[in-house]
Amino acid sequence: MLAEKYPEEVKKIFAKYPPEQKRSAVMPLLYLAQRDEGFVTKAALEDIAKMLDITSTDVAEIVGFYTLYHDEKAGKYRMQVCTDLPCALRGADKFLQELCGNLGVKVGETTPDGMITVEAVMCLAGCDKAPMFQVQSGDGIAYHENMTMDKTMELVAALRKSGKEVK
Amino acid sequence: MAHLLLRHRDIPDIGKLDVYKKNGGFEAFKKAVTSLKPQEVTDAVKASGLRGRGGAGFPTGIKWSFIPNNNWPHYVVANADESEPGTFKDREIMECNPFQFLEGVAITAYAVGANAAYIYLRGEFWTVAAILDKKIAEMQKAGFLGDNLFGSDFSLRIHTHLGAGAYICGEETALLESIEGKRGQPRIRPPFPAVYGLYGKPTVVNNVETLANIPLIVEKGANWYKSLGTADSAGVKVFSLSGHVNQPGNYELPFGTTYRELIYKNGAGVTEDRPVKAIMSAGASSTMILADDKALDTPMDYASVRTLGADLGSASVIVINDSVDLDWVINKTIHFFKHESCGKCTPCREGTYWMQHLIERIARGEDVKANTELLNNVAKQIQNKCLCPLGEFSTMAVTTAIERFPADFKPSRAGGSHG
Repeated sequence: MLAEKYPEEVKKIFAKYPPEQKRSAVMPLLYLAQRDEGFVTKAALEDIAKMLDITSTDVAEIVGFYTLYHDEKAGKYRMQVCTDLPCALRGADKFLQELCGNLGVKVGETTPDGMITVEAVMCLAGCDKAPMFQVQSGDGIAYHENMTMDKTMELVAALRKSGKEVK
Repeated sequence: MAHLLLRHRDIPDIGKLDVYKKNGGFEAFKKAVTSLKPQEVTDAVKASGLRGRGGAGFPTGIKWSFIPNNNWPHYVVANADESEPGTFKDREIMECNPFQFLEGVAITAYAVGANAAYIYLRGEFWTVAAILDKKIAEMQKAGFLGDNLFGSDFSLRIHTHLGAGAYICGEETALLESIEGKRGQPRIRPPFPAVYGLYGKPTVVNNVETLANIPLIVEKGANWYKSLGTADSAGVKVFSLSGHVNQPGNYELPFGTTYRELIYKNGAGVTEDRPVKAIMSAGASSTMILADDKALDTPMDYASVRTLGADLGSASVIVINDSVDLDWVINKTIHFFKHESCGKCTPCREGTYWMQHLIERIARGEDVKANTELLNNVAKQIQNKCLCPLGEFSTMAVTTAIERFPADFKPSRAGGSHG
């Protein structure tokens, strides 16, 4: 239950919106629900629905509509490489292929240790700093820009290390 | 000239409250609240000629004047969804010069009688939201947000709201739906947000860069602002330059600067010293400009760019050199719009789906002539049939690439060269 687990955060979220408009809290609450597992569980859908007096279907449609919410488990870290036009003009497609090769996965797949999922995503507003990607985890999103493959593999090693320590 | 919006390039610590204050920060907000009537602020913004920097270029002061005074409360919403491929200016403003933007939000709220403002950031701007939350807290502590500001009866609170990955939420009515906790799908207009906005209340939605201009206009006056730029495009603009240039990045320039200056002076020329083949003037939503001498020497302002069969839009300039074929380029833009179509209007939802299939056939070299004709036909059937501009945008590059660069869609080719 989010309200019990994160009372301070939940209170802060609700304080942002008029009391009669609590449905507005659905998006920040979903981020909170993703914090532990990196995806929204069925139980969390029910929990959020109850908090907002809406149905769990209402909550599920938000999860389905927006790309940063996930309803299935993936790697602890999602490496989301932008391959949109401006990045692609600066070699993003090749970068993504190389990354997949180095990790031994295809786009959308997770490394066998369950740490990294590689995804291709749409424009992240980092066009002048391509190749670039973001890393999404339960804790949020961090940008990595002007990347080389060496720097990227160093980051992968660091993520694997820190990810294991957390577990 | 010193930067007016990207002020951190001249004053690196402008993002710190004391530095911002030392450099005149919040004087404009104080002046507005203590010595100007809300209507006078709106009049000044109207007279300045400021036009919305998010892409549509609608006159900002006129937008504000649509707010009726018989329905309360009012809201101000800052559109920080910045998701157009090739656009990355708002992010730099918020990260590096956040107080000027926030002061703009505050003055706008005063002008339209709003006591609450929301900043809607795309979900990927997680760290930007964290920065703004911190800056908002500092403003509150320093007495620039809260109740009875500067001893007046005006009160204001600003909140951030993170989206979660949906280009469509840059469209203002979809954005409002998203804050209300719904799927980000555009509303039928009219009514426009000024009348029926957030929670059904009168709401002004302005782009981040637009709002960052407001303190300048209040502080230095409409005439001063108007003296910058060109007749129909007052002020300065942050141009996001990307693609095949040696120095991509944001460049704050007066309106009327030419593409040649932007690409060769600011951008330090084209990668591999190749010729520019095409320019997209407003991100992925642009038409494809054939980059001949006339185009390169065209001043970047609203009216002049239109003479090229294009729009200035958000001024996200994507440069494409002759190493790529345009069927590959529109393959990219079509995939983007197919992914981002919200699904509400059938011509956009189904049209982008079919455009994707057709461009993939063309990429495989399958009956290129017939499939190009069909692609053009499908694109034209999407136009003028959707609630919001996304459907329209998805076709701009497609139809103009086919029309203006026919050699890139020749039957003899088996797939274009890649970037």
